[in-house]
Amino acid sequence: MEWMVPFVFGVGALAPALHTRLRVWSGPVLALVPAGIALYAAARQPAISDGAVPEFRASWIPSLGIDWAFRQDGLSNLFVLLVAGIGALIVVYAGAYLREHPRLGRFYAFLFVFMGAMLGLVTADDLFLLFVFWELTTVSSFLLIALDHEKEAARKAALQSLLVTAAGGLAMLAGFILLVDAAGTSAISQIVLQGESLRAHASYPWILALILLGAFTKSAQVPFHFWLPAAMQAPTPASAYLHSSTMVKAGVFLLARLSPALGGSDAWAATLLVVGAATTLLGGLLALSQDDLKRLLAYSTVSVLGLLTLLLGLGTPIAAQAFVVTLLAHAFYKGALFLVAGNVDHGAGSRLLSQLGGLREAMPWTAAAALLAGLSMAGGPPLFGFLAKETAYEAVLEAPVGSWLLAPLVIGTAVTLVFAAIRVGLSPFKGELGEAARDAHDAGPAMRLGPLVLATTGVLAGLLVGPAERLLVAPAASVVLQGEAPTGLALWHGFTPILALSLLTLAAGAFLYRHRERVVAAAAPGMAFERRGPAWLWDRGWELGLAAAARGAHAFQNGSLRRYLVVTLGVGFAVVALSLPLSDLRAAGPTADTPIVGIAASLLVVFAAAVMARARTPFLAVAALGAVGFGVSLLFLMFSAPDLALTQLVVEVLTVVLLALVLPRLPRPAKPKPARAVAIGVAVLGGATMAGASLVAMAGEPFEPISRFFEERSVIEAHGRNIVNVILVDFRALDTLGEITVLAVTALGILTLLRRRRPSDAEVQA
Amino acid sequence: MSSVILRTAARYMMPLLLLFSVFLLWRGHHEPGGGFAGGLVAATAFVLVAFSEGPAAARRSLPISTWTLIPIGLGLSSVSALLPLLQGLPPLTGLWLPGDKLGTPLLFDAGVYATVLGVVASVLLALMEEETS
Repeated sequence: MEWMVPFVFGVGALAPALHTRLRVWSGPVLALVPAGIALYAAARQPAISDGAVPEFRASWIPSLGIDWAFRQDGLSNLFVLLVAGIGALIVVYAGAYLREHPRLGRFYAFLFVFMGAMLGLVTADDLFLLFVFWELTTVSSFLLIALDHEKEAARKAALQSLLVTAAGGLAMLAGFILLVDAAGTSAISQIVLQGESLRAHASYPWILALILLGAFTKSAQVPFHFWLPAAMQAPTPASAYLHSSTMVKAGVFLLARLSPALGGSDAWAATLLVVGAATTLLGGLLALSQDDLKRLLAYSTVSVLGLLTLLLGLGTPIAAQAFVVTLLAHAFYKGALFLVAGNVDHGAGSRLLSQLGGLREAMPWTAAAALLAGLSMAGGPPLFGFLAKETAYEAVLEAPVGSWLLAPLVIGTAVTLVFAAIRVGLSPFKGELGEAARDAHDAGPAMRLGPLVLATTGVLAGLLVGPAERLLVAPAASVVLQGEAPTGLALWHGFTPILALSLLTLAAGAFLYRHRERVVAAAAPGMAFERRGPAWLWDRGWELGLAAAARGAHAFQNGSLRRYLVVTLGVGFAVVALSLPLSDLRAAGPTADTPIVGIAASLLVVFAAAVMARARTPFLAVAALGAVGFGVSLLFLMFSAPDLALTQLVVEVLTVVLLALVLPRLPRPAKPKPARAVAIGVAVLGGATMAGASLVAMAGEPFEPISRFFEERSVIEAHGRNIVNVILVDFRALDTLGEITVLAVTALGILTLLRRRRPSDAEVQA
Repeated sequence: MSSVILRTAARYMMPLLLLFSVFLLWRGHHEPGGGFAGGLVAATAFVLVAFSEGPAAARRSLPISTWTLIPIGLGLSSVSALLPLLQGLPPLTGLWLPGDKLGTPLLFDAGVYATVLGVVASVLLALMEEETS
């Protein structure tokens, strides 16, 4: 399993090239990779459901104790199956859906990066490794949402989702660091065994808050839910894959994964129940009035994600079972319905429910898939969604706390989801042919495959509930519980109150659908609230932040070179001057053995500096500055620093050339700002500081000079007698490498600036 | 600037300066010199030609663009930094051929030489072309 991530990344890197060769076949061929991984995971699943846990552990960053560690337990492998299995269908689908898209090759690459990261995320057994993959899913989601980057809405949505989830991710990283500190290991399989001591730990509240922030932003929980409907700007295959069946589940996956470690406390239960309940209700209500198929599905996804969080907050065995069943059922039907929405958009030219209708004859295959998936979403027997709803009802009815509130809330939300399911799964296909769909046609085989397979899986998993429970549900639920998972999932339990509630939900949903115009109208104000809600706050905060940053930047970067120099040098000298231990200052001057040439050179420097200060033309100033430099080189040479002298000399030559080229062209304002007096002040401060610094330095050796170390080792370890050079190319070579990189970047900047002023000539002369 | 004296001097000085710069690079490990100083001296050679015969002539005197020298230099230094990895040693470990004359530090210094020459010559020549245009 450790090979999966690099392998999938590698395929992603090759995908664009492969696509230019294979053209229409690229989708099916590339899909072989995730299909193979899904088969591999499926082959391992029987052993894993019997309790085997394949592991791989290699050292990655030993100094930080971070491992390249993977672990395939029941929960992980369930997600591997979902990610790879749905991934294969999505790749086939995308190959057909985006056939005309100029950036299909790039889309494959992003999709495989996401797939690899998601596979890594669900199998990682090291918190920091998990974090790396977590962020990679965020980045690849950003790239996928903005695939149509010409559209401003796509760019905006991509940036928003990136900022929300990455901000949560950073909070989560801080939480991970605290958690690893508290647990003494970053291995997840070790951390989950320490639940009791972790919950008693002093930093537990912080750990919990920070990690929940990461999970909630990723899984679009209130009040961070707004990025998910906006992310519907992504191409439909990406929406179906990332924003319904896999990536948005990463947050609840993490909660499930860590619930043995962090769960069980009152704070955990209270937070998850409140946030989950708010999210599921709000998502359900906002889904009511949507007209766009994709946005409707997005809000219903928000609702289900809230339900999943709520179930984890309950923490009972039956809730863990309901969590896994709901997660699976949702992945099947929501993936299918998104692809159905893509087919309808593709075949009928619209995604708006108000324009759609009567497509069943034109699109029989899509209609069949939509019906099955919609039935599962509504929770109709004998589909897997029915089991999901029943176990969820059971979990909230038997909730240890607050069942009087949670049960009506969850059941009420389920009614809104039934309504949404009928609208998505049925209404585009029945009745009169909508006006937008006169020449509607069904999608090709590649685009039928995905929705049909996913919808049928929902049926099969419902009919084969026994094996599904034993092989998939129980192994995953037992990981969440760290113990025996409950059994007894069945389509038929006799005439129970839950069955009655289930049927009542369906009936209520159907009733709402009969009065759909009034329901939609009644729910419409919700969107007005949504537009003024957290999304609005987020946007305003972002704009204010940008404006403040712009003001700050303008205050410093006002474009006046003079001002930059005065500020930079003034602050620099002031800092040095303030930190000088002036008590150590000792006066010094020429002694009897100071060579006369040395004194002459010093006088030359002083004289040249005076000439420069008085110079009226830039050319004279540059020449005088050069003379200062030569005088200093002379001093270096005399006081046995030949290396410095040599470099200084050449630097002086080149500086004079440079300044002679640049200075005459700088604007010379009549009234320079800051004023000349300020410049003189900074210059005097600089001179005094440097003089003081040299005098203090001569006063003694406050610490042992490091040159002794280099003197001792230079020849032995670096085979060089020139210590300066040995330091540059051996002892401190990393610094040098950094410095030449900076040089190169600076040159890049300068040349770009010069070319920008005069683009055509530079091309000619180059 | 078209002074006969300068042009003639430059014609003889340039190869000497370039030789001197390579000499500085070569002896840098034991005596004063090194890639940084060497690269700067080499850059002065090009500046001298540019002053006497124009920046275009200076560019012609080098078979590749001064700009290309920068990635070459960075590449040489990076390669010499990574070479020890092949022997399982930490990056930037100094490796020497028998005789202690040739080794990765010299390769590294050659990279510094090329980068410095490339940066300084590119910037100064570009500025001079601004001047003449």
